[in-house]
Amino acid sequence: MAASSLNHGQKQPTNMEEFMEGIWKQNPTFVMVLGMCPTLAVTVSAMNAISMGLATTFVLVASALLVSLVRNIVPSQVRIAAYILIIATFVTVVDYAIQAISLAVYDALGAFIQLIVVNCIILGRAEAHAAKNPPTRAAINAVGMGIGFTIGLFALGSVREILGAGKLFGIALFGPDFQPWVVMVLPPGGFFVLASWLLLFNWLDSRKAAKAQTEEGRIHA
Amino acid sequence: MKTTMTPGIELRTSPHVVKGNSVERIMFHVVLALLPIAAFSVWQYGVSALTSLVTITLVCIGSERLFNRLSGQPSTLSDWSATITGLLLALSLPPAFPLWMGAVAGFVAIALGKALFGGIGYNVMNPALVGRAFVQAAFPVAITTWIPAFSPNRFSEFAPTTFTAPLMMPPDISVWAKQALDGFTGATPLAIWKFDNVLATPADFLSGSVTASTGETSAILILLCGMYLAARKFLDWRIPVAILGSAALTALVFQAIDPNRYPDPLFVLLSGGLMLGAVFMATDMATSPVTPKGVWIYGALIGVVTVMIRYFGGLTEGVMYAILIANALAPLIDQVTQPRVFGQVKAAKEKKA
Repeated sequence: MAASSLNHGQKQPTNMEEFMEGIWKQNPTFVMVLGMCPTLAVTVSAMNAISMGLATTFVLVASALLVSLVRNIVPSQVRIAAYILIIATFVTVVDYAIQAISLAVYDALGAFIQLIVVNCIILGRAEAHAAKNPPTRAAINAVGMGIGFTIGLFALGSVREILGAGKLFGIALFGPDFQPWVVMVLPPGGFFVLASWLLLFNWLDSRKAAKAQTEEGRIHA
Repeated sequence: MKTTMTPGIELRTSPHVVKGNSVERIMFHVVLALLPIAAFSVWQYGVSALTSLVTITLVCIGSERLFNRLSGQPSTLSDWSATITGLLLALSLPPAFPLWMGAVAGFVAIALGKALFGGIGYNVMNPALVGRAFVQAAFPVAITTWIPAFSPNRFSEFAPTTFTAPLMMPPDISVWAKQALDGFTGATPLAIWKFDNVLATPADFLSGSVTASTGETSAILILLCGMYLAARKFLDWRIPVAILGSAALTALVFQAIDPNRYPDPLFVLLSGGLMLGAVFMATDMATSPVTPKGVWIYGALIGVVTVMIRYFGGLTEGVMYAILIANALAPLIDQVTQPRVFGQVKAAKEKKA
């Protein structure tokens, strides 16, 4: 397949690099800024964020594995349709599983579980990575991406729950007199917190780049 | 060579500029113009208002310095803009607003309203109003908790909400407020009109005895200070005139439609934060249009939107959102009202040729 020859000549990343890619270097939330719909909508509490992250991770890993297995059979003209079908299958599994495990979480996440089908992280991974790599590699990368996404959701959910309700995982942190920041559990709160995290990461990045530059200058001098 | 001159008359070629206007000078005069309003509010509400004014202003100045440091820029404190933001923010909040919430508002005002856009002159919206909008959305109860003006103990006793511990809910003050001033209802004239259909009289407003935010009640004082700034050309007089004019006109139209339901224009002009907003907030140079036609459109928009929110919105007061909306539209207004350069031919004619 044309796709599999793309990596030819490039140095193969190690399994550890493959795993860490989604957690740090290509973090879906903070670096690629993908999958914003669930990121903003369901992160009103840490519990919701983790549930959403785990559900997405499951679909991500399972579909990456299957897409990778069938990558040489599916004709490239119909590959997107095939990916969607595979992803939709696993979303249905997750949908029923969450409903069976906890109805409260199912109600809190609402339509966003079904919407995992159109989550661009999953389709993006299927197209950009799983379709070009062997199953183990694809699965390792997908696990990393899933954990990275879960970390991103948790970063938003925890801040919003702490400020918006004074709790973390439903446990009160500041006693009964806590003043909830109403805006944090409303949609604008999601944008504020996401923007603050992005700002922090970009700021750290630019500082690192500036430091590397001055060091380089020193070496050349 | 020696020129003979009449003493006291200096002869020069044009331009005859005595002294250039600088950002520092304009901003300093705005601070001066805000001081009488702040002083009046302290006289009205006592130590609670004073601590609120001082704390919020200090937080704004501190945040400005912090962001200067983080971005590696020289300090911009000497241009007084952070001081103005702090004073305006404190004047637009209730006098007994918990100090920690005021500090949050001050920090958000400078961080979100100003520093993120690149500092003074680059901000899209009025920083003080950004800070106020944030705490309005975050703490809707605290921002509508009012204390009575001219209570006898106002210089010796703080409002119970002022020193609420950080992150904690302010205590209920209805009992305290009743004993501080008999017959205190804890509602602004706009709320009383909206929910009970009872109008406050102009005399109530002019004496400053109505319930309101820290710096909202002194309409005459605000107008006088605004006139001083306008006379020295530190603010564009067309903006407040357009805002107050369009608000009054809109109110007049509605009053003509149904005099029993809608109040008279004078009530609309004097109540709430319209005066303070029109004179000091909407006239912020960085966030208002610069074209002569655009300024009128901008002002008219604020006036109409304010009255619309007050009459038909869920909130009792709409000046803040009206100004923020108009701020966001200011670049667009500038674009469509660009004056034609003298001698320039219309683009359409050129195409035909």
